[in-house]
Amino acid sequence: MTEPPLLQVANLDVSFLQRGGGVTHAVRNVSFALGRERLAIVGESGSGKSTVGRAMLGLVPRPGVVTANRIAFDGIDLRSLSPRQWRQYRGRRISMVMQDPKYSLNPVKKIGAQIMETYSLHRRGGAGQARRHALEMLEAVRIRDPDLVFDAYPHQLSGGMGQRVMIAMMLIAEPDLLIADEPTSALDVTVQNQVLRILDDLVAQRGMALIFISHNLTIVSSFCDRVLVMYAGRIVEECDARHLHLARHPYTQALVAAAPEIDRPKAELLTVQRDPAWLT
Amino acid sequence: MRLENIGAMIEVSGLGVTFRAGRRSIAAVSGLSFSVAPGETFGIVGESGSGKSTVLKAIAGLVPPSLGSIAIAGRIVAMRRSKADRRQMQFVFQDPYGSLHPRHTIHQALREPLAIHGLDEAERRIADAIAEVGLGREHFFRYPHELSGGQRQRVAIARALILAPPILLLDEPTSALDVSIQAEILNLLAKLRRDRQLTSILVSHDLAVVAHLCDRIAVLQGGKLVELLDVARLRGGDLREAYTRQLLQASRGYSRDDSAS
Amino acid sequence: MTAGSRTIEPSGLVSVRRWLADEAPRSAAQAFFGKTWRGAMALSGNPAALAGFVIVVALALAALCAPWLAGGASPLTQDLAHRLAPPSSASWFGTDELGRDIYARTLFGARATLTIVALVAAIVAPIGLVVGTVAGYLGGWVDAVLMRITDIFLAFPRLILALAFAAALGPGLENAVIAIALTSWPSYARVARAETVTIARSDFIAAMVLLGAPTWRILLRHIAPLCLSSVIVRLTLDMAGIIITAAGLGFLGLGQQPPAPEWGAMVSSGRSVILDQWWVSTIPGIAIFLASLGFNLLGDGLRDLTDPKNL
Repeated sequence: MTEPPLLQVANLDVSFLQRGGGVTHAVRNVSFALGRERLAIVGESGSGKSTVGRAMLGLVPRPGVVTANRIAFDGIDLRSLSPRQWRQYRGRRISMVMQDPKYSLNPVKKIGAQIMETYSLHRRGGAGQARRHALEMLEAVRIRDPDLVFDAYPHQLSGGMGQRVMIAMMLIAEPDLLIADEPTSALDVTVQNQVLRILDDLVAQRGMALIFISHNLTIVSSFCDRVLVMYAGRIVEECDARHLHLARHPYTQALVAAAPEIDRPKAELLTVQRDPAWLT
Repeated sequence: MRLENIGAMIEVSGLGVTFRAGRRSIAAVSGLSFSVAPGETFGIVGESGSGKSTVLKAIAGLVPPSLGSIAIAGRIVAMRRSKADRRQMQFVFQDPYGSLHPRHTIHQALREPLAIHGLDEAERRIADAIAEVGLGREHFFRYPHELSGGQRQRVAIARALILAPPILLLDEPTSALDVSIQAEILNLLAKLRRDRQLTSILVSHDLAVVAHLCDRIAVLQGGKLVELLDVARLRGGDLREAYTRQLLQASRGYSRDDSAS
Repeated sequence: MTAGSRTIEPSGLVSVRRWLADEAPRSAAQAFFGKTWRGAMALSGNPAALAGFVIVVALALAALCAPWLAGGASPLTQDLAHRLAPPSSASWFGTDELGRDIYARTLFGARATLTIVALVAAIVAPIGLVVGTVAGYLGGWVDAVLMRITDIFLAFPRLILALAFAAALGPGLENAVIAIALTSWPSYARVARAETVTIARSDFIAAMVLLGAPTWRILLRHIAPLCLSSVIVRLTLDMAGIIITAAGLGFLGLGQQPPAPEWGAMVSSGRSVILDQWWVSTIPGIAIFLASLGFNLLGDGLRDLTDPKNL
């Protein structure tokens, strides 16, 4: 790779102070580099994968404390950004698509208005231009009747449509990095692949980097280029997505073996024997 | 309405369930017929809006059927179930956080079925039920919010089986759980089924889970039966309907070639 | 088993605390007390709620231990030679127009307040819970009928109803309690009904139906306990208003009848001399204010504690 990595993270640590005085480390000593590729961060609930995604956007909720030796995006140090500087990055250079459009779209605003608002925040041009771009984005995410959806409210859309609208909204300002946090987990399996196809095309066309956060190994191994496996806040494995079944860390191997498969019947599913050694 | 299969434990004939929302009525299920043999594990698979959960709730007696009939052990059951009817089948819900009373300890949760049906030796039965699902005495007096999702689901299964029902209905029992916890629960369900010779119906959107536990599978779409097949045919890819093929393909993961929108 | 590292506490207390804080309780009693203790600890972390709790406890103590706290002074003994005396070492809060010690009368007056609070709570909470849960769970015409009955009682203005009762049945503490209770229970029925409608949709209620539990059992053992915390919070917050209403009735001469002390009546009797002998009206007025404030703060604290966001 001749280009320097787009995102470099070294020793990322996120901790939350508990009421009793204890400290929970949601993320411990996480380091990785990301180029213009698709990186998956995989883990179960409580592994810290979502927190890593939020730390990249400065969205870790208080009382979380984010420390790192390095969080560099295109050369800029993200650790020391002021709230005003963050606003220039969020949506414009780094965007995030979340799990359930029911919760991430404003229920009392029409779709068109929301997408136009995102556009106007980051790009110059009047309402007419914003509207044109919004409709173009809706077409780009393969919505058949963009005019109808433009004037619709979020509750009138299905899950798959809502997620496409989210993608349209998050990509309209043409960010360099898209963080997708469980973007297809709330969708039916047939719709999942349609949404993934749209993401696939847009990411490829625009040369974006993608961080795909998920608990679903099947999707991740078929959709992404590289995989980071997280357990209890730490990265336990880093490998090529196609070689996930050849993973070396026992936790990854156990995760792969624990899922039932249609093609190969398993008499008993392997359960994960949690080794305390993994916590070091 | 003839009973097609005299030996069936559960027989559903021409089932239709319609919900009324204001002036509109939605047919969640229409014209569904299938039967489940004693000791069989029957899977119902479908996406959202397929009516799979509604079918299960109709069999359990939680929603009234608008059309058709449901027969348990050869006898057609009415909507109003008696206490004795209730002992014949029990239900495991999808959400482990919602299926246990938040203010009752595990011990109280397991005592309720015994108290309602007047069974004696409560302490022994509770201890046996807890041990059977792999939990210990230290969990007896904990509240649900002090347990993990997997532990809660185990308690829900223990509660369902404490009355020793011959039929167990499972509505997406592992959808809300991590894959490693799902493996534990699926193994537990397989063991319990063997030990107790349960007849079960498992509803899920996950073809792999259904293929793992079930003998025969019904595929639903929009409230209607699309295809009824053995697990062997599913694994072999011998599918007759286009929708079933689509579902199977989608379960395999993402593929650039055939994800047309 | 040796005591913990804290050497300041006696070892008995340490083991009690450990028993309460045990994460794996070994009996139903231990689980229940542990949960209650944890709730109490959470409440004590909220200074306003703690202050409210202290005030309410002080009110209860004043009422129960009035004879001892008054130091033998009687609330009824008149001493016309020393009427309208200002606060001094002889009588801490001064004397009223009949020479009675205001300090003693304030303490004993807490009894009337506490009686009203306790009786109203004991009447409205059960009635509200029963009506609300039955209406919310059964729905249909039962719900409609019960809610219309609730609406009828909600339409009565509290003070006017009390006046009507006094006119019809004569003034007195019991009638004041009845008037207040009759106009208060509807809001509890509404609160309980709203909670019940949400709870009834839960899977754990469906599980009980599937087990063949009779409706009374579901309402009593499963739904009512969950409505209880909202009802208690509402009750505590309402107490503030009820205390003021009771004082208002007393002010109008409709509550506890003289010579028994009652704060509202005491405020009323000092009206004519309020500019020169301010203590006659003001001291009982402060007592009413403090009692009301205490319940308000406690209610706020309890509401924060039981807020689903914090659970």
